[in-house]
Amino acid sequence: MFKFILKGLLRDKRRSLLPVIVVSIGVFLTVFMSGWLTGVFKDMIDVNANFTTGHVKIMTRSYAENENQIPNDLALTGVDSLMSELNSRYPEMEWVARIHFGGLIDIPDEQGETRAQGQAVGMGIDLFDNSLEAERMNIPSSVVKGRIPSISGEALISDDFAEKFNVAVGDEMTLFGSTMNGAMMFQTYTISGTVRFGAAMLDRGAVIVDIEDAREAMDMQDAAGEILGYSKEGLYDDEQVSVIKESFNSAFTNPDDEFSPVMLRLRDQQGLDEYLALSESISFMMMLIFVLAMSIVLWNTGLLGGLRRYTEYGIRLALGEEKSQIYKTMLYEALLIGLIGSVIGTALGLSAAWYLQTYGLDFGDMMANSTMMMPQVFRAYISPRLFYIGFIPGTFAMVLGTALAGFAIYKRKTAKLFKELEV
Amino acid sequence: MEQKSIISITNLTKEFPVGKGHFTALDKVNIEFGVGEFAGLVGPSGSGKTTLLNIIGSLDTPTTGDAIVMGQSISKLSHKQSALLRNHHIGFIFQTFNLLPVYTVYENVEFALLLQNMSSGERHKAVMEALEWVGLTDKEKSKPSMLSGGESQRVAIARAMVKKPQIVLADEPTANLDSKNSHHILQTMKKLNEELKVTFIFATHDEKVMMYLNRVVNLADGRIVSDERVMNHVKAQ
Ligand SMILES: Nc1ncnc2c1ncn2[C@@H]1O[C@H](COP(=O)(O)OP(=O)(O)O)[C@@H](O)[C@H]1O
Ligand SMILES: [Mg+2]
Repeated sequence: MFKFILKGLLRDKRRSLLPVIVVSIGVFLTVFMSGWLTGVFKDMIDVNANFTTGHVKIMTRSYAENENQIPNDLALTGVDSLMSELNSRYPEMEWVARIHFGGLIDIPDEQGETRAQGQAVGMGIDLFDNSLEAERMNIPSSVVKGRIPSISGEALISDDFAEKFNVAVGDEMTLFGSTMNGAMMFQTYTISGTVRFGAAMLDRGAVIVDIEDAREAMDMQDAAGEILGYSKEGLYDDEQVSVIKESFNSAFTNPDDEFSPVMLRLRDQQGLDEYLALSESISFMMMLIFVLAMSIVLWNTGLLGGLRRYTEYGIRLALGEEKSQIYKTMLYEALLIGLIGSVIGTALGLSAAWYLQTYGLDFGDMMANSTMMMPQVFRAYISPRLFYIGFIPGTFAMVLGTALAGFAIYKRKTAKLFKELEV
Repeated sequence: MEQKSIISITNLTKEFPVGKGHFTALDKVNIEFGVGEFAGLVGPSGSGKTTLLNIIGSLDTPTTGDAIVMGQSISKLSHKQSALLRNHHIGFIFQTFNLLPVYTVYENVEFALLLQNMSSGERHKAVMEALEWVGLTDKEKSKPSMLSGGESQRVAIARAMVKKPQIVLADEPTANLDSKNSHHILQTMKKLNEELKVTFIFATHDEKVMMYLNRVVNLADGRIVSDERVMNHVKAQ
């Protein structure tokens, strides 16, 4: 019987073509949109992780509470030993220290008088020790003029700032601020280059120096505002970091000591929890919508298809098939069509997602003034999920649509049905 | 010449709901058919012929009274039992030829056997034999669209006969055929009737069919108005 159904499906193009097309389109959209959304969410998460949150982040408890004020007087101390502890306990992560700082940029003229002044959004990161930090913050491709600092005493500054005040590579700048202990700090750097990140917040006044230079300036020997951990696998994995967080906090956090370190996961920071939840529920909602929309379309195609096949059902009743058997074979047919359409739709969806993963869609110009940390190029991301996710709406909608369309056959009395199907 | 009864109908009434009331399509019908009969229900359109055939074929049930077909009471059969009765013992032939267009002649005939537990070898043998009865072995690979009306109806006969049923119910089988083809298929059915002792019951108002019948049951307004045994005018060749 199965062979007969298959033969019928393959030979009667009118019976199979329309549903296959409908299913393929629905599955294509599901797969492609999921791939795109996954990519967009992943990129946003990556940008946040790389610039701000890490996959995990360690601060002192009180620094964490006032993080937006950059309270370096509350920074972590004993960072060297903490780092080696982290490296031996959690070798699956890469650990890096960073210092954020505020202050004033002051550009002197030949006489040493102030020529230009502006707010600094400073960052000390590891630029020299072969670390991945510069890459992670996308600095190499964000450099507009000059180069990344290569020796102590050099700094990168915002290209917008340099343009506005006519500052050139090789000029000197002075940074005013306060040390970790609250004393007055001023430090002079040579400008090695300018950067533009494409995010307004950073582009107004970014100053990037090597972390050792920042420590020197602010009396932060063996200290750091934060230690970030990045999974060496590259992907944020909520389960992995939850285990690490649990283990670290139970070993290091002391509820009575506000200077004891505390670890936060990416999703504990910056409202990213809701964001992750949203990314998960959006895929689910999308699938639900496609299932509903496709089911309705397929229900109607099923009704039309059923009309065309009344004669066949009549003959089969007369030949001694029960209507429940006929209904069952209709569902098998639907399953088959759903699978065929899902395979086609998934292949198309993956191709489109692959294209978008490889080439991306550039929104850089549109978002130049955004203050959010957003990726400028939207890319899809082909996760393993994409290979099967389309089959759920594809087969489910087709079977559901057919079940609804064929329900009349199942419900009606054989005699009445035969009369209607007559032949 | 009378054989033991294969269909026995007693006090059969069939009413169809029409609006608030009902319409009586068969009114207290009593009749028996013996094994090997070649009988016809004859009467004008609307006289109840199809309704009676459908009840004998367990596609429909009586309102009151009963039909005993091959020892089974039609009014008491479950869905499954009535499907089994049709599947094993009753063949249907309809006015329009009703072949499934996507399947070949061979597959259309084989279709009738798919519900039975038969190996494909057994099926092949039975299908080829049935096609031989109707003289269509050379058309086994053709699609229905390539057949003439007469050929199509012969495929339908092969499909009804392939499972070797005891009863064949033929509802206006010649209505869409010209005279030559009508005689051809009637010859074929008569031959099967004589050689295999299959009981044939026709519903018809076609004079050509009546020439072959050995019993004519006249229906009018759901009642039997006459029931005559007749000598065969035409012999199977
Ligand atoms: N399902 C039904 N509902 C209502 N009336 C019906 C139904 N089936 C048949 N009839 C009526 O019963 C009468 C007999 O029909 P039928 O057996 O098809 O006649 P015949 O085959 O002799 O032309 C007709 O008047 C027809 O309209
Ligand atoms: Mg009729």
